[in-house]
Amino acid sequence: MNVNNRSSVISVDNLSLTFETRDGPVHALSDIDLDVQDGDFVSLIGPSGCGKTTLLRVIADLEQATGGSMLVNGVTPAEARINRAYGYVFQAASLYPWRTIANNIALPLEIMGVDSATRKQRIEDNLALVNLTDFGKKYPWQLSGGMQQRASIARALAVEPDLLLMDEPFGALDEIVRDHLNEQLLSLWAKTNKTVVFVTHSIPEAVYLSTHIVVMSPRPGRIHDVIVSDLPRERSLDIRETPEFLKLANRVRDGLRAGHSYDEAV
Amino acid sequence: MINVRDSKVLPVILVVIAIIAFWYVMAVVMNTPWQNDVYERESRTDVAAVEFIQDTWSQERPVLPSPHQVATEVWNTTVKKKITSKRSLIYHAKITLSSSMLGFAMGTVLGILLSVAIVYNQALNKSLMPWIIASQTIPVLAIAPMIIVVLNAIGVQGLLPKAFISMYLSFFPVVVGMVKGLTSPETHHLDLMRTYSASGAQSFWKLRLPSSLPYLFTSMKVAVAISLVGAIVAELPAGAVAGLGARLLAGSYYGQTIQIWSALVVASILAALLVTVIGLLGRWVNHRMGLNHG
Repeated sequence: MNVNNRSSVISVDNLSLTFETRDGPVHALSDIDLDVQDGDFVSLIGPSGCGKTTLLRVIADLEQATGGSMLVNGVTPAEARINRAYGYVFQAASLYPWRTIANNIALPLEIMGVDSATRKQRIEDNLALVNLTDFGKKYPWQLSGGMQQRASIARALAVEPDLLLMDEPFGALDEIVRDHLNEQLLSLWAKTNKTVVFVTHSIPEAVYLSTHIVVMSPRPGRIHDVIVSDLPRERSLDIRETPEFLKLANRVRDGLRAGHSYDEAV
Repeated sequence: MINVRDSKVLPVILVVIAIIAFWYVMAVVMNTPWQNDVYERESRTDVAAVEFIQDTWSQERPVLPSPHQVATEVWNTTVKKKITSKRSLIYHAKITLSSSMLGFAMGTVLGILLSVAIVYNQALNKSLMPWIIASQTIPVLAIAPMIIVVLNAIGVQGLLPKAFISMYLSFFPVVVGMVKGLTSPETHHLDLMRTYSASGAQSFWKLRLPSSLPYLFTSMKVAVAISLVGAIVAELPAGAVAGLGARLLAGSYYGQTIQIWSALVVASILAALLVTVIGLLGRWVNHRMGLNHG
């Protein structure tokens, strides 16, 4: 990883999570070590059941680890959540259907007690950031799936978190919309210089977006490999045709295969 | 011109015509024995079919009054009577309506409060729900006189005892609907609140309550109709002085079937109006919440 003076945003040490079920314990996460530095774009990739979403949910304090330790901004995930350290983007846009897009973006701000003038400004700024300026007064059902997901990203950004946690945010969208949103997300990341942890099961998406690709494998959910990308931070979609990109993609694919992911996922 | 709207009107009219026709036929069948008795007493044997049918439709105390007899009675006791008159059905409807509305309001509030308690407290869910269900298995006709008597013994009289019986019936659908409604938010909507570290109160006002409103109005439609039933039943043991229930009881004392039927018709029109009003209110709220689409 980079050796400059950036600080550690997430540090995970020997973390494990076991769900007790009627059929016995399920080892969702086992022996996880991970360090995410300020400004990194980290993708968690792996097949279903590898624990990538669970790991993200542990970071967000939506699940609690059963072993090991994790620090987010130097404190426990629970404290970090109470400090409102992160913005979370779900796989579904999760907009409240009875609120307009603008009011959906206002929701976390209302909860956090942000005054109405600041609220108005943040709504305006973040709608512009995701190119939805004219859609503030619309209701979620009046927007396409891609626009809804952009609105949910604007909502996550409105609280101005340094850390953005994204759980397969573009998983339900078609390829064309997905490419477009990937490009927008990168430019947004470059503009705001946030730390992003991004869950995906798409190899090109992971390679295109990330500075670090964490390859995970299932049963028990564990980290197989952490690949540091040597691609420049500023990238266009065309980079996906370059040999460097393809080499990285192959390494990820090899990693997934070595973790027996393909055998078990089929 | 025929359009989609017209094609809906036709079946509705046909059904109404069919019901009224069936009613007339049944009136002839039901009233025939009495009519035969009348002819026998008058020693008439050669009655024409048309006259016979007309006679069965115009008896003073028929077993089943014909639709036009009921319609005439309703007209005479609503439009043609002063509202202050004791014989005006509007006067009686107002009395029944006021106690059922009070009971409906109390039942809705009680239902919402109970549902919140049940959703937020697992112990209350386990301990309250069986009693709530048990309360509805007791026939209201059995418990209504007891409520009236008990409340009368502690000095509660007038509107309130009747309203209590309306409440007793109407809180139930509200509890059931609101428990469903308050637990209707999806996991990711609840997780979202958690990522904001929202307080319990914030999650309630900003997520659970708005999610439950469509359920609330659906259950209020049921509640408003049965609160009217409750008010009518409550008037029976209360001495039957005034109200639609009183008209029913007085009618049955004196064999005034036309009076009974006209009170029933007014009660059902009232119920239909109330359900429509709640339905419109629900649609308006949904519209204000941006949920009217599709």
